[in-house]
Amino acid sequence: MTLYDVFDWLEQTPIGEAIRGSSWLFPVVEAAHLVGLALLGGTLLLLDLRLLGFGLRERSPAYLVDQLRPWLLGALGLMFATGIPLFLSEAIKCQASTAFQVKMCALALGLLYTFCVRNRLAGKLPESQVWRARALGAISITLWFTVAAAGRWIGFS
Amino acid sequence: MSLLRFCQWLAETPWSIALHESLYVYPLVETAHVLSIMLFVGSVSYVDLRLLGATLREVPVTEVTSRILPWAFLGFAVAVVSGGLLFYAIPVRTFLSIFFRIKVLLLFVSGINVLLLHRFLNRTVHGWDAAARPPVRARVAGAVSLAAWALVIVMGRMIAYDWFDCNHQPQSGFVNWAAGCPLE
Repeated sequence: MTLYDVFDWLEQTPIGEAIRGSSWLFPVVEAAHLVGLALLGGTLLLLDLRLLGFGLRERSPAYLVDQLRPWLLGALGLMFATGIPLFLSEAIKCQASTAFQVKMCALALGLLYTFCVRNRLAGKLPESQVWRARALGAISITLWFTVAAAGRWIGFS
Repeated sequence: MSLLRFCQWLAETPWSIALHESLYVYPLVETAHVLSIMLFVGSVSYVDLRLLGATLREVPVTEVTSRILPWAFLGFAVAVVSGGLLFYAIPVRTFLSIFFRIKVLLLFVSGINVLLLHRFLNRTVHGWDAAARPPVRARVAGAVSLAAWALVIVMGRMIAYDWFDCNHQPQSGFVNWAAGCPLE
């Protein structure tokens, strides 16, 4: 079985079939995906800006990690709940799309980085380590903006 | 000159045609629009959520607004410029899009909501700045803002789809009226 067969099988799932069979389902799910993107972007940015020394500067990064956790998980939940059906409706097109491959790589890195590195270190960095905090925020912004931009670019291919 | 005539004139300008036909610039502008929405709506959402008392409850409301709104303005400015360019690339079809028109109406609703909220904050916020759960008027403004911006995003995305385009007749009388279709 090749990778193409896997994507071909994914495209044949009932969810993919249902979205392809409807003229309005794809746009509606896509619009919800964009609303989720705004919430996810804002949630990530709030801590990233703080790490860069902007935004809610009077609050500790540890407080923000704690406050933002449910919103981060909620926004990611909405993104997966809408993004996976969108993918299933055009899996074969995605398989051939460079933008999709870039997005999936950046997404995997972004998730790993956010949960295993950024959120763990953000609360523990001493205030004196300004540049480490800035790097922590800058890497996050770079990764997630790549995810968003490459995602938009899937539609152009 | 009617707005439609103005849009027809815009569409004939060389830069509009160049943008419309460009292979990379138009998608790049659209990508900038999406990223700026991420910054703008994402940051405004946290002001709204704070007004609702849903998060950052320990942070005074004025601290949230003064620290976060500058980033929202930045995102809004880029969204307006990139959105303006997207309109400029396809003026006539966009002007006659029912989704674009609903989006503009929602932008007005959001604007009025912001003005009312701003006045309310100026008058009263010193009395409840640190309240975990702001007064009902502030919570209503937060909810209206969240809903309006989410719908603005949805309507903006729908402009790309042509179900109600004027050149797809017959349409219902309501659609033709709301979209301003110039029918012979």
